[in-house]
Amino acid sequence: MLENVARFVATLEGFAPLLLQGVWVTLKLALLSLLLGLIFGLLGAGAKLSRVRAWRVSAQVYTTLIRGVPDLVLMLLIFYGVQTAVSRLTAVMGWAYLEIDPLTAGVLTLGFIYGAYFTETFRGALLAVPRGQAQAAKALGMKPSQSFIYITFAQMMRFALPGLGNNWMVLLKATALVSIIGLADLVKVAQVAGKSSQQLLSFLLLAGLIYLLLSSASNAVLRWLERRYGGAKQEAQR
Amino acid sequence: MIELILEYWRPFLYSDGQQITGLAMTLWLTSASLCLGLLVALPLSIARVSTRSWVRWPVQGFTYLFRGTPLYVQLLVCYTGIYSLAAVREQPLLDAFFRDALNCTLLAFALNTGAYTTEILAGAIRSMPRGEVEAARALGFDGWKLYTYLIMPSALRRSLPYYSNEVIFMLHSTTLAFTATVPDVLKVARDANAATFLTFESFGIAAAMYLCITFALVGLFHLAEKRWLRFLDPSR
Repeated sequence: MLENVARFVATLEGFAPLLLQGVWVTLKLALLSLLLGLIFGLLGAGAKLSRVRAWRVSAQVYTTLIRGVPDLVLMLLIFYGVQTAVSRLTAVMGWAYLEIDPLTAGVLTLGFIYGAYFTETFRGALLAVPRGQAQAAKALGMKPSQSFIYITFAQMMRFALPGLGNNWMVLLKATALVSIIGLADLVKVAQVAGKSSQQLLSFLLLAGLIYLLLSSASNAVLRWLERRYGGAKQEAQR
Repeated sequence: MIELILEYWRPFLYSDGQQITGLAMTLWLTSASLCLGLLVALPLSIARVSTRSWVRWPVQGFTYLFRGTPLYVQLLVCYTGIYSLAAVREQPLLDAFFRDALNCTLLAFALNTGAYTTEILAGAIRSMPRGEVEAARALGFDGWKLYTYLIMPSALRRSLPYYSNEVIFMLHSTTLAFTATVPDVLKVARDANAATFLTFESFGIAAAMYLCITFALVGLFHLAEKRWLRFLDPSR
């Protein structure tokens, strides 16, 4: 047992740069998808609460479809499907072959998927802000944009915080799926290192440990944020 | 599209002629792992709310471990990681178990959903109204009887809305099984895509099938909640 651990630590030295690169890809992917997802979520929530029926219906279709279909299926559908569509387009137009790189594809897909979950979170949070607040802002002479940024958005984020935190934890773990579409993230790197050094189990367990550390760290940050800015309890959703 | 459906409807639904595939496999994976997970979660959730810390801690560690890491990593550990150990391959019983992809997949899925279900049930047990338990104690219910007649039936009902989320989450997670060569709906879609290059159609059919199962499950849980959570309806 002890011998094995010593052997693993010895091989680890050679693979450390590769592993760090994998961690970096995972983090980059998670954070960029979070950003894109937040944008999609805000747009979606705005559409869901819009007075225009067409906006409401399309936002409803977006959240229902995305949340009803598994992440992985959507990922493969978007990744391969968009690539096929782009290749067809470039062939028809006579342009050079264009390949979508896996990181962009991963960010776009994850952002699009988690945007649907963020839409629901933001919708609930927007409804939780008392209506009088926006009315008061209007009475004070704020422009609609000012009223949204300084009054509605600022208060909404407090209500959205628990839901956002839960979605972030799911998103962080969902990034592991992108190794299936060929991105060299933490899981992929651990598999490569494990296979070439004949210590697959140790490297996979190490990858699991790193995910555990990442989620524990985010948990701590989220708890701090909630203590600092929270104040509204919302039901947990996954 | 029509040719794709004509050629692949059988593997998509139940079999490719040699083994169970597609919808049947996905439903089997989902229900088997959920049943196993619930069996794991029932005792563990009671241990999770125990007042003795040496009972509570191991369970907390288990749920922390399985909820803090991606299911894909857990599946890889069960499927490729454990079998890469020589000690496992030399032991005939373990070798037979871990050589089969379906066994490894079910093990990983069951442990994962078991961890989530444990926390859901533990939360329901904790939110049990104190008065109900006190009343039961006053009527002489104790220990085993208190749990089987009062706490667990109530906790199972109360956790129904959260459990329905977990069930749908599990259904969606079964798509990972194809990475361990288990022929579920997504594996059939990938094979169809590889053979015909009809990408949108192949994965689109898979997506539509998952959507239908999700809607069916949502409908079933809606009915179940109407039946078993009626006592919580404030309008009655």
